[in-house]
Amino acid sequence: MTTTNGNGQSGPKLTLWEKLYFPEILRGMSITIRAFFRPKFTRQYPEERWVPPPVFRGRPVLVMEDETHVERCVACGLCARVCPSLAIEVQAAETELDKERYPERFEINMLRCIFCGFCEEVCPEEAIIMSKDFEITFTDPRDTIFGKDKLLIPASQLRDRLEFLKEYR
Amino acid sequence: MPKVTIVDDPANGEGKSVEVENGTTVIRAAAQAGVEVPHFCWHPGLSVAGNCRMCLVEIEKMPKLAIACATQVSDGMVVHVNSPKAVEARKAVLEFILINHPLDCPICDEAGECNLQDYTYSHGPGHSAFEEAKNKKPKRVPLGPNVVYDAERCILCSRCIRFMDEIAKEPTLTFVERGDRVFIDTFPGKGLTNPYSMNVIDLCPVGALTNREYRFKARVWETSSTEGICTGCARGCDINIWVRNNEILRLTPRHNPEVNYYWICDEGRLNSFRHVNSKERLNSPMIRKDGVLQEVGWDEALAHAADALKPFAKDEVAVLGSAYSSVEDNYVLQKFARQVLGTANIDFLRHETEGNQDGFLIRADKTPNAYGAREAGVVSTKGVDANRIFDLISSGKIKALYVMDDDVVTTKEREELLAKLDVLIVNHWVRTRTTELADVVFPSATFAEKFGTYVNFLGRVQLSRPAVSTQEQERVPGRFNMSRLDKFGSPFDKWNKGPRRNVRSSWEIVSAIGSLLGGKMRYQSAQKVFDEVAQSIPSFKGLSYARIGDRGALLKKSKEEALVR
Repeated sequence: MTTTNGNGQSGPKLTLWEKLYFPEILRGMSITIRAFFRPKFTRQYPEERWVPPPVFRGRPVLVMEDETHVERCVACGLCARVCPSLAIEVQAAETELDKERYPERFEINMLRCIFCGFCEEVCPEEAIIMSKDFEITFTDPRDTIFGKDKLLIPASQLRDRLEFLKEYR
Repeated sequence: MPKVTIVDDPANGEGKSVEVENGTTVIRAAAQAGVEVPHFCWHPGLSVAGNCRMCLVEIEKMPKLAIACATQVSDGMVVHVNSPKAVEARKAVLEFILINHPLDCPICDEAGECNLQDYTYSHGPGHSAFEEAKNKKPKRVPLGPNVVYDAERCILCSRCIRFMDEIAKEPTLTFVERGDRVFIDTFPGKGLTNPYSMNVIDLCPVGALTNREYRFKARVWETSSTEGICTGCARGCDINIWVRNNEILRLTPRHNPEVNYYWICDEGRLNSFRHVNSKERLNSPMIRKDGVLQEVGWDEALAHAADALKPFAKDEVAVLGSAYSSVEDNYVLQKFARQVLGTANIDFLRHETEGNQDGFLIRADKTPNAYGAREAGVVSTKGVDANRIFDLISSGKIKALYVMDDDVVTTKEREELLAKLDVLIVNHWVRTRTTELADVVFPSATFAEKFGTYVNFLGRVQLSRPAVSTQEQERVPGRFNMSRLDKFGSPFDKWNKGPRRNVRSSWEIVSAIGSLLGGKMRYQSAQKVFDEVAQSIPSFKGLSYARIGDRGALLKKSKEEALVR
């Protein structure tokens, strides 16, 4: 409840105990001092790194099969279609492989990506998935567009997320 | 004439009554009433096959459902297009079609413009009782040089077979095998090499037949389509121009019963837009300094051209128009020649290849607008035609030549001939042997980059709209079907960075030179030029861009026409 105090400003109405001031200061200090002896949860980043759980949505990557080193992507363009921030650009081309088409060029503008995961959700091939990588910094705007060289990651490195998707999607 | 009632919405039982010709089929009567009956094998330009069973409708007093495409109307017929019984039957038909249709829409090029995909979405059951493995059939079969066939996707509607039989008159395609092993193939020793073969790609209601060149290039929703006119020959087929990133990716035919029905030839489809995307495109005005063509600004080049033409007497200059350019371009050019230069030395070059024609669409005249150039007045009234102009150049009587949108140098003699000129001014869209000889070169806009009208060999005026943006001419909002990138993208997007060329329409270039030389020729747009054409040339009387519409408009017969043809 707020009322108007003596100098015209609104504030809580204080009891006599609170108006005495010092007891309340000591109560506050006791909370602070107790915290000194609690366990620390500050992480010494970057020496000490956090490994996110599989549910975490880091930067989207393309899955590359371990044995064949071929990307799963068939360049259908649904990720580009669904991307709310128009971050993805795909140029398809024909390949002799059974899958018929592959992405000749696959680019994600990481300045635009909002990590919503729609691309992963819409992908019919489980070819674009959200990784655990959240350390994305740039010093040059030209570096912000990730091509296939940065996007292709072997499936073995993405096992956590792939298993998570199998279970929960 | 029989009167039919088409009931679209079962909740609103009234329906719509239409009066149709005797012998009309139900599907056409429904279309006349504004109701679309879903269909795969039926096509308005082909005979009725009735094998897809998708167009089942309920007709009162008939014991069973009937297919709308093969049932003729009778007086008093009441057709329920979406009655529960018909809807249920179509669901079942779709489920059957989908049994062996691979669900590979993500890699299928048709996705986005696929009838099967659309109907499955709007009429389909949403599930399948079929759990077994789907059929395996040949994939990526080259039926001909330009068409690739995927038998798994084929729903066996037979549209392509009927097209080759009835329209192309070269029945090379047929069904082979039986039952669920049926697929389509060419007869032994034959290929799909007909000059109209690629129409089967547009006809295919699914992604079974694909364009070898366009295959996998782009998704349908990434491309915008603009109504244009094919400039491959004097037929002037109506086309849609599909553009992504300011680059033309493909052409498809657009229905016009007065010109091309539903079809275009392969030559026009594949090659009539090559020059627009060409690497040889001119991208800046150039003037010859110290014997070399150097890029300069528009104002400098225009002033230079005007100064260069000034010293010559009336008979010393000649002007060549172009059957590749629009009516507007040619009209402004002849006005420039007659009123500003005061010369009667005006003509355009013919590009007819005898023999390369047929009784269907392809014409020997390989230019889109020879008729229009003639009507616009790019013909000499004093008998100084193109051949005479070349003779006069040879004898040194003509010292300056303006060439619009055409390549004059086709032979060595012509090259030597043009070298004799004191001044040669050329505008063209690509680097040619003529532009190499010119003193002033202007880059001009192609048919896909400007508003312009073209008159086909039958005297039909048609309007072509800009499909590709230039530095000065944007595509006109509302006059093309926007792609998703057009709708949601911004000018700063990477895919918006396709080349925008520094070109102008030929009428703009010519009228600018004309104005500098004191002529009264300032136009704000091609439409304003056309309005003047309609006022000053009798055969165009009463026409305007609005009047031309989607189907084009016939020119009034002129006396000249009877003489020329």
